[in-house]
Amino acid sequence: MFRAALTRAAGRAVSFQARDFASAAAGGAAQQPIAIPTAANPRTVTLIPGDGIGPEISASVQQIFTAAGVPLTWEIVDVTPVKGPDGKIGIPQAAIDSVVKHKIGLKGPLATPVGKGHRSLNLAIRKAFDLYANVRPCRSLEGFKTAYDDVDVVTIRENTEGEYSGIEHVIVDGVVQSIKLITREASMRIAEFAFEYAKANGRSKVTAVHKANIMRMSDGLFLQCCRDAAENHPDIKFNEMYLDTVCLNMVQDPSKFDVLCMPNLYGDILSDLCAGLVGGLGVTPSGNIGFEGSAIFESVHGTAPDIAGQDKANPTALLLSAVMMLRHLKLNSYADRIETACFDTIREGVHLTGDLGGKAKCSEFTQDICEKVQKPAKDKKHD
Amino acid sequence: MLNMAVARIGNCIRATSSLSSTSSSSAMLQAFSAAPHQQKLFLHSSPVLLAAQVPVAKPERRYPVTIIPGDGVGPELMASVRHVFESCGVPVDWNEFFLSEVAYSRSDSVDDVAASIKQTGVCLKGALQSGFEGKDGELATLNMKLRRKLDSFASVAIIKSLEGFKTRHSNIDFVVIREMTEGEYSAIEYETVPGVVECLKIVTRDKSMRIAKFAFDYAVRHNRKRVTAVHKANIMKLSDGLFLECCTKIAELYPRIKFNNMIIDNACMQLVNNPHQMDVMVMPNLYGNIIDNLSSGLVGGAGVVPGESYSHDSVIFEPGARHSYAEAVGKNIANPTAILLAACNMLRHMNLDYHSTIIRDAVYRVIKAGKIRTKDLGGHAKCTDFTKAVIQNIKF
Repeated sequence: MFRAALTRAAGRAVSFQARDFASAAAGGAAQQPIAIPTAANPRTVTLIPGDGIGPEISASVQQIFTAAGVPLTWEIVDVTPVKGPDGKIGIPQAAIDSVVKHKIGLKGPLATPVGKGHRSLNLAIRKAFDLYANVRPCRSLEGFKTAYDDVDVVTIRENTEGEYSGIEHVIVDGVVQSIKLITREASMRIAEFAFEYAKANGRSKVTAVHKANIMRMSDGLFLQCCRDAAENHPDIKFNEMYLDTVCLNMVQDPSKFDVLCMPNLYGDILSDLCAGLVGGLGVTPSGNIGFEGSAIFESVHGTAPDIAGQDKANPTALLLSAVMMLRHLKLNSYADRIETACFDTIREGVHLTGDLGGKAKCSEFTQDICEKVQKPAKDKKHD
Repeated sequence: MLNMAVARIGNCIRATSSLSSTSSSSAMLQAFSAAPHQQKLFLHSSPVLLAAQVPVAKPERRYPVTIIPGDGVGPELMASVRHVFESCGVPVDWNEFFLSEVAYSRSDSVDDVAASIKQTGVCLKGALQSGFEGKDGELATLNMKLRRKLDSFASVAIIKSLEGFKTRHSNIDFVVIREMTEGEYSAIEYETVPGVVECLKIVTRDKSMRIAKFAFDYAVRHNRKRVTAVHKANIMKLSDGLFLECCTKIAELYPRIKFNNMIIDNACMQLVNNPHQMDVMVMPNLYGNIIDNLSSGLVGGAGVVPGESYSHDSVIFEPGARHSYAEAVGKNIANPTAILLAACNMLRHMNLDYHSTIIRDAVYRVIKAGKIRTKDLGGHAKCTDFTKAVIQNIKF
């Protein structure tokens, strides 16, 4: 711990040994350097409502948070691209500054910018905080029937390197090489994070997903890092599996899996696969974790322009992302209450939005959750 | 109708020319004489069945086939195939090779195996296990080496729901085609500085065009309507971009086959939600490995999906999802369905349609009856029990 604190004090930019680096990262993720917000001392987070259905579902989340009395205040920023002082079109600096200042953001869906070469918000924030871990818990929702009803998996994906390093060359015309970059630092960091996450969230097993039989050096290095991290966490079970075997078993029996830890591309594929198992991106939250407790939580579904503004959207993904944010801020009691209310509403099935097979409006769904959230709060006051 | 017959003859020529050049003329005659017979059958058969139902005259000779039992349960499964083949007198002579990476000291050389496959033109192969480290730190696995020697570029996995075996989705029927000679499986890796490893993924226009053309040809030959290219060109703009570009170009040459493309993560999500939209899927190496396995999982697992790998002059028939299942060695619990179906496909490829059909029907009959099922399908039957049941169900 002392070492972790020391390295943190030393700042992010210094290079040190991999192990120190990893423990600093894990320490930063697990132990918030920031005090837990309370009603007397609320914390501000940035809210990026996004495009299309974004504003509606963001309003819904805000409403539910107010009903639950969560000690957070929102700073709403607009990320519509503007022309910057350098003449380039991009995200307004104010938006980036807000996230940088508050370190925590909740983000609705953003329309894919059509214009080329403009710096996306994700990229800007990822650069600022080195958001290295993408976390996606996928859980079957009772009351929303899919082919799979026993899913409870968390995918943890390395976010900064691997196949998505973006290093590609045309060697000669018709021959392209794309470099997959795996480093010990980043692998250690994500492996440590996976174990810390498992511990913090009461999970019992971490599975490293790899293809080290084919990519023997690169995935081999990743796997070795996972094994090393496993040794530091003897209380969490560890096993390793080939990517293809995981895919095969996942569609047959998802209940075999708990926390999955993997490099970038595999994580991308598996997180969407798992989302598919529980009903798609409309009900799966996502969080990107970086240094010093910084994190962006987001809904990863599309902007659904066809139903935008019609009060038909389903706010579940953004709401569950917000719940992840509460847990990240150690506001677990609020998180549990809102999550339970959300699950209850879906299970009862009275007010379901169109994508879940119901006919309710977004506002009715929200109202239902608000009522459920308020109820136990009142009970507690009487105690 | 005419198209069918022509396609059928084309098939014969392809199959027999790889076996021996002398017998091709007689095979052609055979095919011509079979054509009028087809007309009668056509009234009550689907085109796919039609090809299999054509009765073939008594084969005039025995055919050599290279067989690689592979690691894990491979030898047990091959024993099952041999048992079934012997029971109905399939005119095949096995040319057996032991090829293994995990037991490399006993393994035959890749060169010998490749030479044999080139000579016979057909091979039945179990799964080869590859460890984390090759002999003397080698990066290429034995599978890769064999594929490169033979230039075995196209892997086909035939994903079809089994009648009588219930899975979460029913009536799945699509084909996964995978490029197998480059991409992530290029085995070019190096450590630039300690702790930093670079792994190269190579994509070339030649090979992308070749696999795209293969996929469309496959779609035409098997009466499929749509080809879906799976890629990640939004992130890997150059490499996967090249692959997608090649597929798009080839698609223009096949106006009657629909073409669309899908990003790999979305493809996975679609597969678990609505697999029925798929028909023929074509993709680079690693994605193929993922989709092969995922799709196998949808219809019952690695034990029931047959596959094949094509080069320009030879075909390897193997399970569609290649798992050695090493933990089950000697337990007699592996499911021989995949390898039996692969063997049936092999027989059909060799123009031994009669034997192919009776064995395939027997396998389907056993699965449909549902009495004898191996562990992976939720039963308690042994591998040998299943084999016996198949033999008992063969109807000449």
